[in-house]
Amino acid sequence: VCTSRFWFNYRHVANTLSVYRSVKRLGIPDSHIVLMLADDMACNPRNPKPATVFSHKNMELNVYGDDVEVDYRSYEVTVENFLRVLTGRIPPSTPRSKRLLSDDRSNILIYMTGHGGNGFLKFQDSEEITNVELADAFEQMWQKRRYNELLFIIDTCQGASMYERFYSPNIMALASSQVGEDSLSHQPDLGIGVHLMDRYTFYVLEFLEEIHPASQTNMNDLFQVCPKSLCVSTPGHRTDLFQRDPQNVLITDFFGSVRKVEITTETINLDSDLPGFESKLPQDELATEPLKYAEQLPVAQIIHQKPKQKDWHPPGGFILGLWALIIMVFFKTYGIKHMKHIF
Amino acid sequence: RSAQFQLAVPVAVVFAPGSVPADLPRPLPFRDAQETDISVNLRTSVTSRYEVTYRGTTAREEAALDAATARDADVALHMLQDAPLGSLTMYVVPETSSLLPQGISVYVGKHRSALVRAEGGLAALRARLRQLTQVMSFTAASIAAALSDRVPDGQLGPDARRHLKSSLGYEITFSLLNPDPKSHAVEWDIEDAVNRYVQPVLDKLSLVANFSVDSQILYYAVLGVTPRFDKESSSFLLSAHSLPHVINPVEARLGSSAASLYPVLNFLLYVPERSHSPLYIQDKDGATVSTNAFHSPRWGGIMVYNVEAPASPQVSLPLRVDVDMVRVMEVFLAQLRLLFGLSREELPPEFLLESPGNEGLADWELDRLLWAHTVENIATVSTTLTSLAQLLDKIGNIVIKDDVASEVYQAVSSAQSAMAELSAGHLHSAFQASKEAVTSSERAFFDPSLLHLLYFPDDQKFAIYIPLFLPMAVPILLSLAKIVREARQRKKLPTKID
Repeated sequence: VCTSRFWFNYRHVANTLSVYRSVKRLGIPDSHIVLMLADDMACNPRNPKPATVFSHKNMELNVYGDDVEVDYRSYEVTVENFLRVLTGRIPPSTPRSKRLLSDDRSNILIYMTGHGGNGFLKFQDSEEITNVELADAFEQMWQKRRYNELLFIIDTCQGASMYERFYSPNIMALASSQVGEDSLSHQPDLGIGVHLMDRYTFYVLEFLEEIHPASQTNMNDLFQVCPKSLCVSTPGHRTDLFQRDPQNVLITDFFGSVRKVEITTETINLDSDLPGFESKLPQDELATEPLKYAEQLPVAQIIHQKPKQKDWHPPGGFILGLWALIIMVFFKTYGIKHMKHIF
Repeated sequence: RSAQFQLAVPVAVVFAPGSVPADLPRPLPFRDAQETDISVNLRTSVTSRYEVTYRGTTAREEAALDAATARDADVALHMLQDAPLGSLTMYVVPETSSLLPQGISVYVGKHRSALVRAEGGLAALRARLRQLTQVMSFTAASIAAALSDRVPDGQLGPDARRHLKSSLGYEITFSLLNPDPKSHAVEWDIEDAVNRYVQPVLDKLSLVANFSVDSQILYYAVLGVTPRFDKESSSFLLSAHSLPHVINPVEARLGSSAASLYPVLNFLLYVPERSHSPLYIQDKDGATVSTNAFHSPRWGGIMVYNVEAPASPQVSLPLRVDVDMVRVMEVFLAQLRLLFGLSREELPPEFLLESPGNEGLADWELDRLLWAHTVENIATVSTTLTSLAQLLDKIGNIVIKDDVASEVYQAVSSAQSAMAELSAGHLHSAFQASKEAVTSSERAFFDPSLLHLLYFPDDQKFAIYIPLFLPMAVPILLSLAKIVREARQRKKLPTKID
């Protein structure tokens, strides 16, 4: 989830897209990724290289590419939509790609980046999500067993405050900075004119570049990524709610997707001599009337329509109160004996 | 909230003439009930109650048991009885009977009856009957697996959570993967195969859930793993530990129906490229797998279909390949059974199971599914409603719409009736009630209107309201103080003058 918009927050979009790319490279398909971005970078008029989002000025890696599937873009990235995706309370008309269809055997990775503060994360400059709301959303997910294990990574200023309030089991959290510290960005690109990535995510991605789907690297290595000397802020992590030892948790448990398989050793015996079934489709289609295209705008009706009679309503309370106040003040000031001069 | 399930199984034990053990406690017919406790954890307890009716055979049943083979007897007996869902009938045949082959002491039929050989006296017979009842209905392990949400992780076996979760519907997708269309022009008559072989199985399972089937053909879809060439067998091999990595690159291209939210079961048929043919799957010990297929729990299955190399090397490409759908469907339907948890492998050797034929599963296997799913549904309903109640307790100002409230009431009453039907032994109505309960509770829990967004920490509330109300409050409080002082002075004055 990238929670900022506008050109100067280029690095947050680059962060998110880089993590998206790594996760896809390690095997998670788009149907299992919910990507929320403001998506205003690639086609931004201020982008000197349109249709691209770069993450490193030397690698010149275009993380936007041509197979990015953004599920929630632009103004759809709101706190409400984010919480709806997490808890599953989505209106029935939402398509499958915008839902989190996880069950009790799913491991979920949540990566959030943007601007944050002590206990909150700012969404698109207009609203905030607090750490209590996030913890409650995770508890709702746990109650409904929507996850087996959850890894929460946040790259914002004072990121550690966001995971302080979690209380549901099986959650591991990583943040790029402690409370009171700011997360800093990595380097500006003079050609594009903005900072391209944040430091923490940059070093996490360097770490992930060495992971391949069969790798056995565990979480303890991820905790060591980006020490203070490189990152300037102190990354933090929280594992007390997690049941397994982080040493035994593989990176690919969250970032990649390695399924358990079993060899099929049983077969059933089918009798192929049965008479063939009749096809279940109806043979003839019902004859229907030819369909007409309905008129979009009944212009004739609109022109000749009389204006609707609006019902008369007595004036509302506010107007009445205002007039009462004005009259009282008037008579208080000028005295009641003047009434007969007015009426 | 603690939940207590009582699962009652009506069992009828019918003694054929000559098989009645000498040491029966009471003369036939009589009833008996055996209760065993399958405790799951502190808060959930499951008791299983076998309500056994012991009786002798009727004349028609005797005639049926006179058949030549066990299978014929089973067919004849099925026509005689009208066993409702969840009930079992066991026919005890004399030790010397020729119905059961040598070395087999139990024959389990396609429907809900079984033939048991009477050997070893009453105690042995009772033990065998109990074991048979467990096989045909539910075991402690299957109930614990169904209730896996409530069981602490350590107590479950490793494969307790791999069966498909109970859902109102499933989508089945058959995909043909052809990575090399230049060499193989693969034709598969999937529609006919689905109608002939898959539909009967799904019809049998229609009691459990709704199924929708679709199929697709994907070209140039490769496996993510390069198979090794094995010189000895001059074939290509996929080792067991590389199988988990096969699925993901393919899955990205599989797609699924955008409209339905049911879990998807993917069955893939992979025709290897000419340069990698023939391709076999190796299991952990290095032996090639006879079915050439593997499956992943809760996802689906993949089968590799090798094309015969053409006899002459100068044959025109692409080769036309007509897929033998019978062989393919045998494997896919077996995988479907395994995904649902219906395995036939863990039975003692003296049990003989009748093959269900084209129906795919026996009636008692359907019962097994229904027992597990009913218990799972009821457990899910109770967790959902409990967490909904906790949520509403915590957030005092969520507005509960009327329809949400009515769904909750309906869920509660359906769950209660499901539990009542379970303890009465009516599996069918219990399952239907549990399905209704789950639908209602899910609709109530996931109603979009129940989103609480407004969390105001106390310090924010102070920060907003104090600057607004404090300046307003100062003159009001001072005026009030002045009024009170004046009133007191007025009260004091008359006494002072006097």
